[in-house]
Amino acid sequence: MPSDDYKQYVAMDRLPSIWCPGCGNGVALKALALAFAELEMPPDKTLLANGIGCSGRVGDYVRCHRFHGTHGRTLAFVTGIKLVRPEIKAVCLLGDGDCSAIGMSHFVHSARRNVDIVTIVINNYNYGMTGGQFSPLSPYNVITSTSRSGKAEPDIDICKLADLAGANYVFRTTIYHVVEMKNYIKEALGKKGFSLVEIVSPCPTYYARYNKIGNIIKQLEWLKDKFIPIEEYNQMKDAEKENFFWRGRLTNRDLPDLYQHTRRSRG
Amino acid sequence: MKKANVAINKDLCKKCAICVHFCPKEVFTIDQDGYPLISRLDKCTGCRLCFLRCPDFALEVETELDD
Ligand SMILES: Cc1ncc(C[n+]2csc(CCOP(=O)(O)OP(=O)(O)O)c2C)c(N)n1
Ligand code: SF4
Ligand code: SF4
Ligand code: SF4
Repeated sequence: MPSDDYKQYVAMDRLPSIWCPGCGNGVALKALALAFAELEMPPDKTLLANGIGCSGRVGDYVRCHRFHGTHGRTLAFVTGIKLVRPEIKAVCLLGDGDCSAIGMSHFVHSARRNVDIVTIVINNYNYGMTGGQFSPLSPYNVITSTSRSGKAEPDIDICKLADLAGANYVFRTTIYHVVEMKNYIKEALGKKGFSLVEIVSPCPTYYARYNKIGNIIKQLEWLKDKFIPIEEYNQMKDAEKENFFWRGRLTNRDLPDLYQHTRRSRG
Repeated sequence: MKKANVAINKDLCKKCAICVHFCPKEVFTIDQDGYPLISRLDKCTGCRLCFLRCPDFALEVETELDD
């Protein structure tokens, strides 16, 4: 039964959104609202904090506590919020640029401290809002407005980084995989400590156009074909792996979170 | 018998055609203005994939129908 419950978390009166047709941000927003509704999360105990970017505008369309951090710093603000108001369920929704470039140190340390935050990274492989520049997560050799003949720098796997730093929960999915996206956001919301859900997302206006991936349908098909379950990916030979990306759950553990650590140290 | 009702809100739809292309039952066609058109509702299984994938809150699927 499709209930309208998710709409209580969405500022329907502010729609249509500012996003380009086909942009993945709205799909992620809906998955998040559905996860909130299925968990019956009280809006007055729920926070959606955003970074700066097209993805940062998700906060404009929710009905719960919302907050815009300065570019890259949202996790630092929310760490403070969680220490004073641990009962608030906090979601930080960040762009790949926000989280992995200017905000990289906050990201690593939030995972290391295991702060009780669900971090959703909308990874569209570029800085959408400022015109399609590459981010540290843009794959090697891709065309962006700041890498016209191919990105010369290697990229980094933000999921592996979060796992290494100490996050309790790490999952990667894509905008194509809508059912799993909603289910794993829900799973992350049920965890204590730092969770990362990386959602690889289409940016039809810049990334897909520069890299000649085709229209939004082709972009979603590309996500469907290229992102394979982690178990399958791990069985592949190295040469084969180069043509694919993994999706699925990398980490699921229950290490103490920052709040528990600070309680313990105070005695 | 009809299993579901599908409704499109043209005030919100941005004509991306994601719903049209990824419906497993090819329920939609495209009208002359580029909007999705619900052409084969009898084939709809109520899977809600179109609803989940619509980036613009323009599409709703109702599955619990009164006979
Ligand atoms: C301190 C600071 N530096 C730079 C900017 C300019 N700026 C705005 S959004 C953005 C990047 C957005 O990219 P991303 O985080 O990937 O989000 P997207 O727009 O792709 O969703 C930048 C560099 C800023 N707002 N503040
Ligand atoms: S520029 Fe890219 S990320 Fe920004 S709204 Fe448009 S499609 Fe989305
Ligand atoms: S609910 Fe499923 S079958 Fe029905 S129109 Fe939507 S995608 Fe097609
Ligand atoms: S997916 Fe939504 S916005 Fe796109 S064409 Fe269908 S109804 Fe319109």
